[in-house]
Amino acid sequence: MEMLIAWILRTVSFGTIILFGAMGEIITEKSGNLNLGVPGIMYLGGFAGFAVAYLYEFSSPQYIPFVGMVLAVVCAFLAAMLGGLIYSFITITLRANQNVTGLALSIFGQGVANFFGAFLLNGKTVTQTAVHHVFQAKIPFLSGLGVPGQILFSYGFMVYGAIALAFFLQHLLNRTRVGLNLRAVGENAATADAAGVNVTRYKYMATCLGAGISGLGGLFYVLDYNNGIWATTDQIEALGWLAVALVIFATWKPRNAIWGSYLFGMLYWLYQYLLPLLGITVSSYATDLIQMVPYVVTIVVLIITSLRKKQEDQPPQNLGIAYFREER
Amino acid sequence: MSNPFVSNAPQRRRKLERGSKSTLLLAALAALAGLIGLLLAGAHPLVKWALAILMGLASGWMIWLLTEGNQEEPFLRVVKRERISIWKKIGVRISAIVLALLVDALFILCVTGLNPIDVYVTMYQGTFRTNRLIMAALRDWAPLLLISIALAPAFKMRFWNVGGEGQVLMGALGSALVMVYVPQAINTMFPPETAAGLLSGPVIYLLMLLASVALGALWGFIPAVFKANFGTNETLFTLMMNYVAIKIVSSFFNLWRGKASALGQLNMTTKVGWFHGTTVLGVRNVTYLSTIIFALVMMALMFCYLRYTKHGYEISVVGESQRTAQYAGISVKKVTIRTMIISGILCGIVGFLIVGGKDQTISTATAEGNGFTAIIVAWMAKFNAFYMALISAFLIFLEHGSQEITNAYQIMNKYAADIITGIILFFIIGSEFFINYRLVFRSVRKEVR
Repeated sequence: MEMLIAWILRTVSFGTIILFGAMGEIITEKSGNLNLGVPGIMYLGGFAGFAVAYLYEFSSPQYIPFVGMVLAVVCAFLAAMLGGLIYSFITITLRANQNVTGLALSIFGQGVANFFGAFLLNGKTVTQTAVHHVFQAKIPFLSGLGVPGQILFSYGFMVYGAIALAFFLQHLLNRTRVGLNLRAVGENAATADAAGVNVTRYKYMATCLGAGISGLGGLFYVLDYNNGIWATTDQIEALGWLAVALVIFATWKPRNAIWGSYLFGMLYWLYQYLLPLLGITVSSYATDLIQMVPYVVTIVVLIITSLRKKQEDQPPQNLGIAYFREER
Repeated sequence: MSNPFVSNAPQRRRKLERGSKSTLLLAALAALAGLIGLLLAGAHPLVKWALAILMGLASGWMIWLLTEGNQEEPFLRVVKRERISIWKKIGVRISAIVLALLVDALFILCVTGLNPIDVYVTMYQGTFRTNRLIMAALRDWAPLLLISIALAPAFKMRFWNVGGEGQVLMGALGSALVMVYVPQAINTMFPPETAAGLLSGPVIYLLMLLASVALGALWGFIPAVFKANFGTNETLFTLMMNYVAIKIVSSFFNLWRGKASALGQLNMTTKVGWFHGTTVLGVRNVTYLSTIIFALVMMALMFCYLRYTKHGYEISVVGESQRTAQYAGISVKKVTIRTMIISGILCGIVGFLIVGGKDQTISTATAEGNGFTAIIVAWMAKFNAFYMALISAFLIFLEHGSQEITNAYQIMNKYAADIITGIILFFIIGSEFFINYRLVFRSVRKEVR
């Protein structure tokens, strides 16, 4: 039972990282921009949040953890938006190839985060304990209510924030004028342009805000999931690619991304929790094969969606294509 | 909203003569001069402040010129180019790289306080100081070029094969499997003398090559079949196949290393499946000469394949428009699958060359992320194999140079390479705009009335 609860807790916090990443990418892709720079953007967000929290704690005599938290969230969002802005300028204004720009942004973001990470810490390992506690503060009273309390109410505020954001984005995309215009831009920019929608502005806004949201995933990884430790690993990169995959898995719907991300989290941690639950021990080479499951599942879902060919499950029609008004 | 590219305001002839191409050029030159001055000027803060102010003013002027609306004719508009001369093309590329180096210099100066020119010289030495370093650069250049060559036909067909990494890994796994299991099988099946003869002869290399080709081709074939038949999104399919390959390789890695902390070179004692070392340029025991030669041969072959053969023609038609291809009687399905198998085979061979020649072992880092870097190389070269050779050489040069500056300066760390490379890539990718499009400036006209 304890094992099962631990698995669920792991699942939800892991899922939240890629849920943020995927929601940002959904908004971006709905405007017709395929941003493969999500790993780089998540690096930027995660690092900016960590660095600001660290510098604030370092420099301020009256240190208030709550302020550190707010600063971290705001700076992570802004830094990630800056990454999105570079991408937007190159792909929207200069109309360059989106996939290549995204990959370059991945290299760049990873480089910036890791370079300044090593630069800032200078070989030390620093744990942002105080801020980490704000991020992981459980809901008082409710989280103490036995097993359901533990499973439902014992997460940091960003977990609930992610779910709320998903519902908000779903509403925004499907029930508002802004959402309609945004979808029109992604489906057929020329038509949207003819209808009087400012294509450039929608693409810029969606890509930059989307990048900001993705960046929160990196922040959550560093300050909550990874217990406030900045480590120069390749972990965030793999998570970024998982987030890109989750977008397809959720068929571009933020609401589906919620359960999709938790499913991914469950499958990702399968190897550590399921076998002990069943009382089986395997050697390390079999563990690797179990770790393969989330990727295989994504492939299977990808195939099934393409087989069903349902109209509403298809990617935005103009995804990956730059828009130039004079081109006919 | 005021849009700089569209004019919808009533005519204001008074303003017509305000801006022109030459004023913009002047502003840009002033900004550039300020930037260069900032980099080169001595320590006197007053000079630096003056230059910074000059730069700021000039940039402000440029922005004002570019965004100022409400004109009869917009100050600046974008027009697609019909054709561009080769010299202009080269000029655009070179200025992009120069600008990128300037931005990188600014980054180095501001963050680390080092002299950017010293840093660039150190970077240059990282590749060219000794013969050993040159060979090391060639060793890393050949696989990157080969993978780019492998991916190019798929990209030209507009098939986004981001699975180079996985295809190389599976190819490497094929060779490693043969190196680990075939000697055992041969030793049990044949008498000792025959077995020794077989193991030292060409048979083992042939088996390794075949296994690599088969696995690499399989990893290209699977996404291609689904794309061709059901239109499954290939970008994500191939991306996920990378991770499946990584996990399979890591599984065998853990199986073979057993209780050891790492997997050493395979067949340490018998050296079965190892390429023979030769002495090149005074560097002894070079086992990767075959990789370099193969890369050069493939560069020429792929250039001809894409440009002069029927297959190459079909690939470019499918890439331009699938409907046109169907109308012309080209089977899109067949071309897609065939091209991806070729891609996979080439990646598989790269795996074989890395395992047999360079590493003599396998790990999840065997492909070193080159599967992703190669995408950038192939695209930036516009699928021209010779350009790919140049661009991959440039990227390897940057990588080795960055290693050198990491060693030379304490303040740098190895991730500086990613930043410098990233900035240069942004500029080169962005410069493509000036090759495809033309900026039309408002002309200064005299009043007729």
